[in-house]
Amino acid sequence: MELKSIMSNENVGASREVVLPGDLLDTGRLKPGSGAYSEDGKVYAAQLGIKSVKSNFVNVIPLGGRYIPSPGDTIIGKVEDIGPSNWLIDINSPYPAPLHVTEVPWKVEFGDTSRFLGVGDTIMAKVLMVDETKRVQVTMKEQGLRKLQGGQVIEISNSKVPRVIGKGGSMIQMIKNYTSCRIFIGQNGRIWLDGDIDNMLVAIRAIKMIEEGAQTLHLTEKVKEYLESVTKKSEVKEDTN
Amino acid sequence: MGGNSNIKLIDDNGIRIDGRKVDELRPIKIEAGVLKNADGSAYVEIGKNKVLAAVYGPRECHPRHMQNPAKAIVQVKYNMISFSVDDRKRPGPDRRSVEISKIISEAMEYVVFTENYPRTSIDVFIEVLQANAGTRCAGLTAASVALADAGIPMKDLVPAIAVGKVNDQVVLDLNKEEDNYGQADVPMAMIPRTGEVVLLQMDGHLTYDEFKYAISLGKKACAEVYEIQKDALRRRYVVESEAEQEQPVSVPDQEA
Repeated sequence: MELKSIMSNENVGASREVVLPGDLLDTGRLKPGSGAYSEDGKVYAAQLGIKSVKSNFVNVIPLGGRYIPSPGDTIIGKVEDIGPSNWLIDINSPYPAPLHVTEVPWKVEFGDTSRFLGVGDTIMAKVLMVDETKRVQVTMKEQGLRKLQGGQVIEISNSKVPRVIGKGGSMIQMIKNYTSCRIFIGQNGRIWLDGDIDNMLVAIRAIKMIEEGAQTLHLTEKVKEYLESVTKKSEVKEDTN
Repeated sequence: MGGNSNIKLIDDNGIRIDGRKVDELRPIKIEAGVLKNADGSAYVEIGKNKVLAAVYGPRECHPRHMQNPAKAIVQVKYNMISFSVDDRKRPGPDRRSVEISKIISEAMEYVVFTENYPRTSIDVFIEVLQANAGTRCAGLTAASVALADAGIPMKDLVPAIAVGKVNDQVVLDLNKEEDNYGQADVPMAMIPRTGEVVLLQMDGHLTYDEFKYAISLGKKACAEVYEIQKDALRRRYVVESEAEQEQPVSVPDQEA
């Protein structure tokens, strides 16, 4: 839900103003949202990003920065370490996240953890909770969350994830349609793809294109153009064969 | 601070040996986001100084005992490359670079919202490629641009500049000769919007009035450096988003 609201704000148009830390955002009417702080009743930007006003708040949508987990995020993690009753998952953030045996969909005996997930395995998980000292817990006990087998994982900046997903999932749906790859995007900037090797390369190129041109206008059209040109070429090749 | 001030560093018209007026800055050039592998980076030239800063993090803090459960720590490493000075500088940390690392880290810790990232460390690496007096100010200026480029939340950018006393006159932004043979060197960093001083040191002697005047001179200069810092960041992020539309337009312009 939060994601959608960010997207709709980005597309409002005129107010795509880049702000820097310390820039004045508002003189008292609005409250500071994420990426902003107030001092003497005035609101200033705390982060480099794009200014966005939503109801009573001024937010700064960051243009960079590390992934900071928040509860409910679906993410792609890599198993880093194994304990007798938990796994330690690298979620591409400053904080490692333990995955307890009670949070997996399997029945795991104490000390039998390595039979289910080994070091280096990739999983789809959800952030269960984050406390005030940023201690993170993840879970796999939900539909669709699983160990990822086959395919490959690429990494992009987590601030570009909303652009890759597109408005209501339009962008990623388009890539899926053109390349017939199975794609899953984690909020932490990791993307898992599986499909035909050539199609996968096309999908990766398209995602990289989105990442590089995340702030440009008419991005959807450009990506569509690219995908169309590539898929057409391969059709021609097939014909000559 | 040689103390030997019978060398004439300012002529009768108030012009310094490099042709500047007493309250004039050296030319400053700042570029943000120059390194691909760092989370944020900046390159700064102030006169003949050349400084590169890279920021990594916030990332898990190692060694573990240095973690703070309430906030992030800012670890700064200031280093002068062996070829940065006339005589080869013996590589590695020394008394001076440990001190500079500490004061820059304290200045940065004040502006960064460290409480947003408990238990982490934000690592800043400052490499001096060429030194010509005022490298700690250039280093801090570069570090704060690099931090903003890394997307780290902070109160404001921090510009830094040195003021000093040469031939009994208060001057702005000392160069190497003025630093070596002058009477005082006062590096300072100030947030222009609030007037908060985050770094202030003094080497040499100033009277109270001279000091007050020096600070006011530095304050004005910080505001100038601040604008250059902002401009560098804007250039990187605004141009990036408009580059594609502007390219076809610029070609016929060049022909005309």
